[in-house]
Amino acid sequence: MTGRFRRLAETGRSEVRFTVDGQPISALAGDTLMVAMLTAGSALRDSEFGDGRRAGFCLMAACQDCWVWTAAGERLRACSTEISEGLSILTTQPEASWPNVG
Amino acid sequence: MSVAPIRSDVAIIGGGIMGCSAAFFLRQRGLSVTLIETDKVGRQASGTNFGNVRRQGRPIFQLPLANRASRIWRSANELLGADVEYLQGGHMRVCFRDRPENVGAMEDYAAKAREEGLDLELLSGNVLRDRFPWLGPDVLAGSYSALDGHANPRLAAPAFARAAARLGARIVEDTKISAASKQGEDFELVAEDGSLFRAPILLVTAGAWAGPIAGWFGEPVPLTPRAPTMTVTEPVPYAIAPSVGVMTPDEIETVYFRQVARGNIVLGGSTRAPSYPDEYRAYVMPQNTLTQLEHIRRLAPGLAPLQIIRVWSGIEGYTDDSLPVMGPSASVPGLFHAFGFSGAGFQVGPGVGETMAELIATGATDIPIAPYSIARFAE
Amino acid sequence: MAERRIIVIGAGPAGVRAAEALVAGGVRPLVIDEGRRDGGQIYRRQPDGFKRDYATLYGTEAARAEAVHQAFDRLRPAIDYEPETLVWNISEGAVWTTSAGEARAVPYDALIVCSGATDRLVPIKGWNRAGCYSLGGAQIALKAQACAIGHRVAFLGTGPLLYLVAHQYAKAGADVAAVLDTSPLRGRMAAAAKLAAQPDLLWTGAKLTFDLWRRGIPVRTGVTLTEIHGDDDDGVSGISVATRGGTIRRFDCDAVGMGWHLRPETQIADLARCRFAFDAPTRQWLPETDADGRTSAERIYLAGDGARILGARCAEVTGELAALAALADLGLADKADRRRELTAQKSRYRRFADGLAQAFPWPHDLAARVADETIVCRCESVTAATLRASIVDSGATETNRAKAFSRVGMGRCQGRYCGNAAAEIVAAARGETVEAAGRLRGQAPVKPIGISTARRNS
Repeated sequence: MTGRFRRLAETGRSEVRFTVDGQPISALAGDTLMVAMLTAGSALRDSEFGDGRRAGFCLMAACQDCWVWTAAGERLRACSTEISEGLSILTTQPEASWPNVG
Repeated sequence: MSVAPIRSDVAIIGGGIMGCSAAFFLRQRGLSVTLIETDKVGRQASGTNFGNVRRQGRPIFQLPLANRASRIWRSANELLGADVEYLQGGHMRVCFRDRPENVGAMEDYAAKAREEGLDLELLSGNVLRDRFPWLGPDVLAGSYSALDGHANPRLAAPAFARAAARLGARIVEDTKISAASKQGEDFELVAEDGSLFRAPILLVTAGAWAGPIAGWFGEPVPLTPRAPTMTVTEPVPYAIAPSVGVMTPDEIETVYFRQVARGNIVLGGSTRAPSYPDEYRAYVMPQNTLTQLEHIRRLAPGLAPLQIIRVWSGIEGYTDDSLPVMGPSASVPGLFHAFGFSGAGFQVGPGVGETMAELIATGATDIPIAPYSIARFAE
Repeated sequence: MAERRIIVIGAGPAGVRAAEALVAGGVRPLVIDEGRRDGGQIYRRQPDGFKRDYATLYGTEAARAEAVHQAFDRLRPAIDYEPETLVWNISEGAVWTTSAGEARAVPYDALIVCSGATDRLVPIKGWNRAGCYSLGGAQIALKAQACAIGHRVAFLGTGPLLYLVAHQYAKAGADVAAVLDTSPLRGRMAAAAKLAAQPDLLWTGAKLTFDLWRRGIPVRTGVTLTEIHGDDDDGVSGISVATRGGTIRRFDCDAVGMGWHLRPETQIADLARCRFAFDAPTRQWLPETDADGRTSAERIYLAGDGARILGARCAEVTGELAALAALADLGLADKADRRRELTAQKSRYRRFADGLAQAFPWPHDLAARVADETIVCRCESVTAATLRASIVDSGATETNRAKAFSRVGMGRCQGRYCGNAAAEIVAAARGETVEAAGRLRGQAPVKPIGISTARRNS
């Protein structure tokens, strides 16, 4: 599976399964959500202002470029969130119904 | 050696939206104008407020002024040659279930407002939820004003100032007037840096700092400077067209929000903080931010996941009765005032500028301004 | 006598040594850190279950990193420790924290802020593309997650970190396309005397550079910025720079790690209304501190790279210094001899840092001259043209007003990554000094917090 990031070591860890844009993705325990997504894919989100896909920048919770939407409408900062089983992430913006109640 | 005074038909002390729009409309009427601002134009209340451009909720007698302002907002971009980001997405005022008496108050207001040309739609139950599905379950009813909206306070007053300057107004920033008096036919203004200004007409639009300036002319106005609690979120998909607020007597739950075209949501309201006008500084208290968020969650629970990225405040001048001082001086010919808008000046601002220009140039205006007379503060 | 509450913000080398000195001084400090584990960034600890040894992770700094980690492990019973906790505001003698969605006010008798640093960036056309990372980010991917940021990585910037990260990547088996340094080689010669203040660091730098050359990795110095190529969907595909001779060289890559030294995280000092002063050699605004780390705000001290970039080794020194100052100011201990020792060490590190700034200068000229279509503010996607227009057309005279009109600095990162370059662009557009361009004023929250944040009454 080719993603943007390339694993160089520490691959002997247990599998964690989650979903990105509805697709099942396999990651390793101890991955951040960012690494989990980018070892399988090439981007985390769309820029809000039309200049293309984004894949994070600083990896130290400073740039705030790696905030992603969960399918449930929550916000997670991918570089500072540990991957957990069953997470469901969307890499495109939710529709205009995101704030609706009930 | 004395400095030659800068002369004009009108001198304006204070470069917020009142002063800058007055400068613009006075130039349109052919009067020469010098506007003197202590800091940069539009930096205080005019630049830091919530950005509501709403007529709904104002005193009924203020609606003619608000209507006038509305017409200007709708054509502001063409008028000023700049984008002030006016969005006419409507304005929603809601009340909560625990105060059902507010529904009657809304109906009452809507009936009177209709007579002044403000058409409001009252909504509740399923109709309310269908139209505005992001309102929280505690919301009982709402009053919707389709032709209201919001704009960008950071841009508006500076845009008026630039447009006035293009018409020939002299805009003087970083200059604080330390004394002003009437000498014969003219007002003489002295600035801290020694510069002098002279004009037969003086307009005081100095916001929270105007009270003592009026006092220089024997009509001081007690003003309380207050700092609003403002917050903005990260940009998120555009979903909410109207500006939304709560109708309630409690300040703590009077919160409001609006989504700008780029997607950020601006939050305002709840507890205000003291400010420091002498230092031109206002600080947001963290506990007030948290209280605001709590009440925003109640109003629109769907906003809860969003991240706030910045808070800010500013200095707004409040009168004791929350009505502005607007109109001619009670005692000094040629002196005019427009200040003390008590946190509700942004929408009416361009209307105030146009009205004051009309009043100064022609001696009269059809806009009712008697309730704002400075005479009400005399002993 | 009532127990004094001393708070240390940050569990990197400065915070760890500060906490250690406080404990030795008879105090039980509260250490608040944003991360899941202690160590900060340069000594970032890998997650549980990772197996690489200290030498692999930290190279020549392995012994120091291990010592800092062990020191904190030993301290645990003697401190209160709140990891995964953000300090988002400070007001009326209390820091305001948030953890797991709950906010609290925590009052302090003394506060030692060890907030560390982030990379300092110069915009280059295309740096907003997926696949661009800071040097620090590239290093964290490797150190903390055993990943390379791409399959073929180019490195751009200046400073020792540029060579260190490139070397670490090559050594770990990543494919390094090029190392592109904007500083000309002659700067290193001129600064040699100052760099000799830390001879082992100077030697390490030389070895790293030699090792890169030995591996056949192109190293270019004195480059000027041209473009990072790619497209909106797939991100980076290459980087072009103009070499010293003026020719444009393109290097194919799918990732770029970029950075020009570091910049201190000064948001807490700013919110605490500490006085700032312009630091001419590094062309940035820094909070004023005395020799021990006292700020202009009562009972608030700064240490580590969060005060001034002096490196991880010096952070241990200044962390201890600040703690000793706090203890002395509270009348709890006064170790004048030890403070003198530490101050002498600090001045050697300062001399070295001055040498680095001279050898690897912040390329203010390149920042000021970025092409109009270059995005300056990544968060808000605002170009240099828009920023310049805020000055030329809208009359802004300094960075805060320029921000209000252009939106540069208004995004999620609140100016961390665009602020330095924006100041240079504003200064150039105004025809004034970068000092005259002013300091971007910060506001809370220090980092984003959720609308869901609830007040916890403790």
